[in-house]
Amino acid sequence: MSATLQKPQHDKTSNETTLNETPAILPSSPARTLAPGLFFGIIFGFLLQKGGVAKFHVLIGQLLLKDFTVIKVMLSAVIVGMLGIHLMHHLKLIELHIKPTRIASNSIGGLLFGVGFALSAYCPGTGAAALGQGNFDALAMVIGMIAGSYVFAEASGWISRKIDPIGDNGKITLHDVLPLNRAVVVIGSAAILVIVLVIIEFAAVR
Amino acid sequence: MNLDLQSWQLLAKVDPLKYPGPAWSPFVVGALIGVLSMFTFYFSNKPLGASTAYARVAGMLGNVVAPGHSRSLKYFKDNPPKFGWELLLVLGVIIGAFVAAWSGGELTGQLLPAMWQERFGPDSALLRIVVAFAGGCLMAFGARMAGGCTSGHGISGTLQLAIGSWISAICFFIGGVITAMLMFAI
Repeated sequence: MSATLQKPQHDKTSNETTLNETPAILPSSPARTLAPGLFFGIIFGFLLQKGGVAKFHVLIGQLLLKDFTVIKVMLSAVIVGMLGIHLMHHLKLIELHIKPTRIASNSIGGLLFGVGFALSAYCPGTGAAALGQGNFDALAMVIGMIAGSYVFAEASGWISRKIDPIGDNGKITLHDVLPLNRAVVVIGSAAILVIVLVIIEFAAVR
Repeated sequence: MNLDLQSWQLLAKVDPLKYPGPAWSPFVVGALIGVLSMFTFYFSNKPLGASTAYARVAGMLGNVVAPGHSRSLKYFKDNPPKFGWELLLVLGVIIGAFVAAWSGGELTGQLLPAMWQERFGPDSALLRIVVAFAGGCLMAFGARMAGGCTSGHGISGTLQLAIGSWISAICFFIGGVITAMLMFAI
């Protein structure tokens, strides 16, 4: 099965709708795009909850550097995913989806996100998992996220003109900046992360 | 709700470790999430990510309430809101987590997590709602600015060795650790 790049038929671009026309049905993707999304989401949510990262005290415990469950889950995912995805890309089975490096936006946005993360204890993915687990306070996070997204959209013009260009290096990766071939960087990085995980497993209580 | 000085007094310094940990090994769960990432890249040509779903909902609501204005905003021009894969993923997360919690007897069914109550008291519902809401606002703003969240940058971006994702992920943790320490450890 190939990873197709066809644009879903029901997508309306902003060229096709006039500014004052509200479509009767909000634009959506076809079922063959949506169904896998739902399926993968169910798996993702199931795993997040079983991994303990839908739990308030596990998440805050990580940020208090007492409980390293979150890092263990994330680094394990990164190690396996890094090896698998770079291999698949090398075999021309997939495309990569690299986000741009914009030093100011990445760091300021990252810090703001971090503050919000500690306040709500949940992040966008684990908050949805927490909601499924029955943590009703996650609903407040969800509503906040919708509101905050809109506020960002209001600021997005200014941010894209004034902040995004600072330290904008495009879609660079570690193997772009290191004078080593990609396989070495990937395998070397995975090895380093494995060592980090081993240290954490032996040094941390949880 | 009691607003006198005593009820605002922070109660215990919390110990997260006295509450139960994960049902499964975090290494196994993480490895399986890594495999899931491979599946989403291959079958859906998309990385795992969560924050975009909320921006889509915001945009769709904006299109209903104030369509002309919403459509003029840069973010929504570049990312036309639609009911798509990213939103279905997050909806699926809610369902999957429910099934996992239900099957493991870990459904919480409460507004205030136990450790929050230990720190802020059992009648701190309004505080929790306000703080969680504020946290959500900051996370959404920060994620859109950084270009992703702990799933999009923290997992998908870092595994692709994208420099911006590593910068973002490290900043997520710096901001989070400092704030959490101020909230719970002082």
